[in-house]
Parts: sequence; C-alpha cells; structure tokens
Amino acid sequence: MNKKTRNTILNILLVALVVGLLCFFQSDTSSHSYAISIIERSVIYAVVAVAMNLLNGFTGLFSLGQAGFMAIGAYVTAILTIPVEMRDSVYYMNGIAGWLHDLHAPMVVALLIGGLFAAAAAALIGIPILRLKSDYLAIATLGFAEIIRALLAAPMMDQITNGSYGLNNIPGFKNIFQPVALAVICIGIMVLLINSSFGRAFKAIREDDIAAEAMGINLFHHKELSFVISSFFTGIAGGMLAIYMRSIDTKTFQVMLTYNILLIVVLGGIGSVTGSVIGSFLINGGQEWLRFLDDDTFKIMGVHIPLFRPGFRMVVYSVLLMVVVLFWRRGIMGNNEFSWDGLFGLFKRKKKKVSAGGES
Amino acid sequence: MSATTFAQHLLTGISLGGAYALIAIGYTMVYGILRLINFAHGDIFMISGYFMIFAMASFPWFIAIPVALIGTVILGVVIEKAAYKPLRSAPRMSIMISAIGVSYLLENLATYLFTAIPKAYPEIPFLKKILTFGGITTSLVTLLTPVLTVVLVVLLMQLINHTKIGMAMRAVSKDTEASRLMGIKVDNTISMTFIIGCLLAGIGAILYFTDRMTVYPYSGSLPGLKCFVAAVLGGIGSIPGAVIGGFIIGICETFLVAFGYSTFSDAFTFLLLIIILLVRPTGLFGEAATDKV
Repeated sequence: MNKKTRNTILNILLVALVVGLLCFFQSDTSSHSYAISIIERSVIYAVVAVAMNLLNGFTGLFSLGQAGFMAIGAYVTAILTIPVEMRDSVYYMNGIAGWLHDLHAPMVVALLIGGLFAAAAAALIGIPILRLKSDYLAIATLGFAEIIRALLAAPMMDQITNGSYGLNNIPGFKNIFQPVALAVICIGIMVLLINSSFGRAFKAIREDDIAAEAMGINLFHHKELSFVISSFFTGIAGGMLAIYMRSIDTKTFQVMLTYNILLIVVLGGIGSVTGSVIGSFLINGGQEWLRFLDDDTFKIMGVHIPLFRPGFRMVVYSVLLMVVVLFWRRGIMGNNEFSWDGLFGLFKRKKKKVSAGGES
Repeated sequence: MSATTFAQHLLTGISLGGAYALIAIGYTMVYGILRLINFAHGDIFMISGYFMIFAMASFPWFIAIPVALIGTVILGVVIEKAAYKPLRSAPRMSIMISAIGVSYLLENLATYLFTAIPKAYPEIPFLKKILTFGGITTSLVTLLTPVLTVVLVVLLMQLINHTKIGMAMRAVSKDTEASRLMGIKVDNTISMTFIIGCLLAGIGAILYFTDRMTVYPYSGSLPGLKCFVAAVLGGIGSIPGAVIGGFIIGICETFLVAFGYSTFSDAFTFLLLIIILLVRPTGLFGEAATDKV
C-alpha cells in the first residue's frame, strides 16, 4: 500500500468518524447538549482564528481588530434573523426603526450580509491604516474595534442596535451540522485562498515586503485584500457567535475576546490553519474540562486545594499563553500543516530516538 | 456654559491629564528603548492601585505610599526580566504577544485574587480636602496632580539630560548594539527605564484612583491604551511630548463627557490616534526616524 492510498483511506476514515460523532450527538441532543455546545463554540472560534491567522500568520499584518468585526457581523445577523413578531418585545425600550421592522432574512443570507458589512468596514478602515507598520497597526486596529463598539452602543443607534440593552431572541442553530458545515466551508475557502497565487503573494509580503514589492506584488492591494477577506470571515464567525449565544450586547465584544482568539492562534502556531483549528478545540474544550479549577469545593483524592476558586482557570490560561510565548514559540504546529505523513513521521522519529537512546 | 463651569471642567481635565501624562511617560520611555508597546503598563498601574489598598490597610499613608510604589517598581522589573528579556532577539510580533500575555495574566490574576467587584480606594485624608475659590469647588488632589506632574517631569528631564544613567538611556534608545560596544550595560539601563516608568505609573495611580475612588481588575486597560495614545500624540520617545499628549487627551475627554458625549469619549481617543498616525506619524514632538531598507 503506497502512501497516497493510505492517506486517502485515513482521510475518509477521519471524515466518517467526525460525521458519525456528530450524528451520534445529534441523535440525542438533550443528553449531549454540553458536548454539542463545546463543539459549536469551537468551530466558531476556529473560523475566527483561521481568519486572524490569514492576516497575522500568512500576511504578517498584526491586527487586533477581530472583536470589532465580529461585533458588526453579530449585530447584522442578529437584527436580520430575530423573528419579526418578536421584534417589538426585543426593542421594548426604544422601539425599532420603521424601515428595519419587517426586514428579515434566512440565517445563511443574514450571515453573508453580516460578513459583507464587516468586509465593507474593513475596506474603508484599511485604506488609511494599512500603511502603518507592525505595532502601530495593532494599536490602530484595536482602536477601531473600540470605536465600532462605541458606535454600536451609542444612543443614536438605539433604534437599530437597541443600545446597551443588547439583542436577544436570536433563533439558534437547528442542529449541530449547520455550524460545523458553515465553518468547514469558511475554512475551506480560506485554505484555497492561501494555496492560490494570492496566498503565495501574502506569504511573500510576510517574509519581506520590500522584496515582495520588487517582485511586482502590489503591496497595498494585497494587504487590503487580505484584510478585507479576513474581516469578511471574522464577520461571519461573529454572526455565528450571535446565533450560538442567542443574545448579544456590546460587552461581548471587548478586547478580551480578541485576546482569547490570539491565544488560540499562538497556541496552534502562527501560520498554520490546522494549528488554529486544533488550538480552538483545545482552548474551548479546556474551558469546560478545566472548569473544576473554578470550583472551590473540588477535592483531589480527598484533599481540598485552597487555590481552586472562581477565576483560577483564567489565570492558568494566561500562564499557559505566557509559557507558549516564552518557551515554545512555534506553538503546536509551528507554521506546518497537519498531514498523515507528518504524523507517522513523528512516530517514526520518536521510535528512532528511543532505540538510539537504548543503544548508547 | 458659564465661565465657572468651564473653569471647573478645565481643572478636572488638567488633573486627569496629569495622571495620564505620568503613565504616558512609562510608555514612551519603554517604546523609545525597546520599540515595544508595553501593553502591561496599564495593568501595572491597576495593580499599583491594589497595592495601595493593602498598604493603607496596615500602615499610615506616609509609609503606605512608599510601600506601594516599591511594590509597583518590583512588579515592573520582574515583568521585564521574566517576559521581555528572554525575547530580546525574537521577532517584534513575539515580544508584543508576550506583552499582551502579561496584560492578560495581570487582569486575570487580579480577578482571581481580588474578585471582579470594585474595591474602595482608601482616602488619604489631606488629599481629599475640599477647597473653594471664586465659585470653583475642588479637592486638593485635583490641584496637586498637574503641579506634581510638572515637577516630576522637570526632575526626570534633569536625570535624562545630565546624569550618566540618563546618557546611557539616550544611547541605548538611539542604537542598542553600538551602546553595548561602548561598554553600556544595556540590560541594567532597560531595567532602570522600567523602574522609572513604574514609579511614575505608581504615583499616577495614587492621583488617579484617589479621584476615582474604586479599583477593579479592568480599571487599568482602557486608561493604559489612552496613555499610549497620549504618548503617540506627543511623539513616541519624547517625554515632554508624552506630558502634553496626556494633558490634551485628559482635557478633551473631560469636555466630551461634560457636553454629554460620554459614550464617545473612548472612541474619540482612538480616532485622535488614527488621525495623528495618518497626518503626522512622528507625533507633535517626535523626531523622524529614517527607516533603513
């Protein structure tokens, strides 16, 4: 059996396993609601993380504006999908703008529109700020995210965004396949883009922008493209987050959200799509599995540990981020992608090391 | 708006600006020497507020203030040694992520140790004394802040321009490698920069929180970013620039709130940042650095 057939078989097996697992969870949603919610959250964060990676890892533009673009996507999606008959009760304080009252779209269309709004905002913002370099770009995008948040919460927007009351009654996902399929499509498109000539241009800009320019790559054009596409998918993921959470307000989209996504990207490896996906599942899964860290009644073998009380989990997370940054800068995947050959190669190398260690 | 109200707001703005200026100096000095936005600086400022709360619980104010300041300085130096020093030769993005990581860690640690509920900041009796003149009512701290800021900045300028360590700082920020060859202990100089920055942030924290009266784990993050904007506005690397930037932002913010646009006061700061970066990236007093290809 040559490697190619082996890899195909393994790929089919993996897909079958994932689909089977999803079907298993879907067959009894009430008893698996916990696992379902973790998976939904993970795939949504995976989309944002890959989008952030497209910008930070592949194009080398350090942007911290994710939370703002997610907010745009989330609000547009939420406004378009809240059932028309519920709207008066959602906007009970301020009333809803007349032209908006009967505007309704199915979920996928609403997500797309949300993504387009985020992309349009990115296109506008990108023109001035993509001229900035590294840390100035980071702080400017961070600033824009805050500006977007302030605009969404502004009293003048009350009839559209419901101001500080937030939006609720957003219809959730009908089944687990919807978010997973959406995420697979989004990440798939980004992977195709990364492997296209555009993707190679992005990587050239990351490695050396002056050399890239000398090779005839239009710097501004490609940076803007990367920024807009990344924001488009960030917006879609924001919309998915709104559907997942079913109620949102501007506090959801604070800088902390961006930092959480940055943690996923750094842990997974800057410049690796599969790394970001794995990172997302680890962080979101870990958030649930490590919940015992927040529980002050938890005992290990009957011993009460005084460290465990609410908030400890986040401390562990931040220490983890620091450890990864300081001692393990490559993250899980470095800038490699997951492949079966790589996985088997890893085992072989380990074995060799063990046998070599035994001889000496 | 009557003249008295105007004067009242102006005074509040100048006072806020003074506290911002003290924090902005920390940003501008660290950026000047390491080319790093020290995202953790705002959180050091927040932790300093907590140090003061605990110091005041066991000591009278004249001992508590030095204790809190020393705590802040130690924290800053530890962060520099632990999180930034190992990454000296790493790409800029890594060291920035490390700074974000420290900020994330300090915020989460504060939430864990002191809970997210705002804690009351202790009153230092004489700072809160109410003064009234010509229809304006104000507390002593509001008047003291800008005066203290100016005095400290003058002292700092003397230190930087007329002492050996100041000369070392200027040399390292111009060219790290060359100054190492000249026998300057670069690591010590960088630590000294952090010591000064944290000391000023600690003083700024006392002045700022005495006015605000509460401390909570996120009370440092937004002021921190604003002070960075102040540093950029004044020209990064320039200390007088940071001070003037701090005053401009403090005054603008106070007046925006006074006119009823409080939702936009934070957004305004960032808008100012973006405009400055586009129109005059070197800031008001910054020197234009030539980018070598």
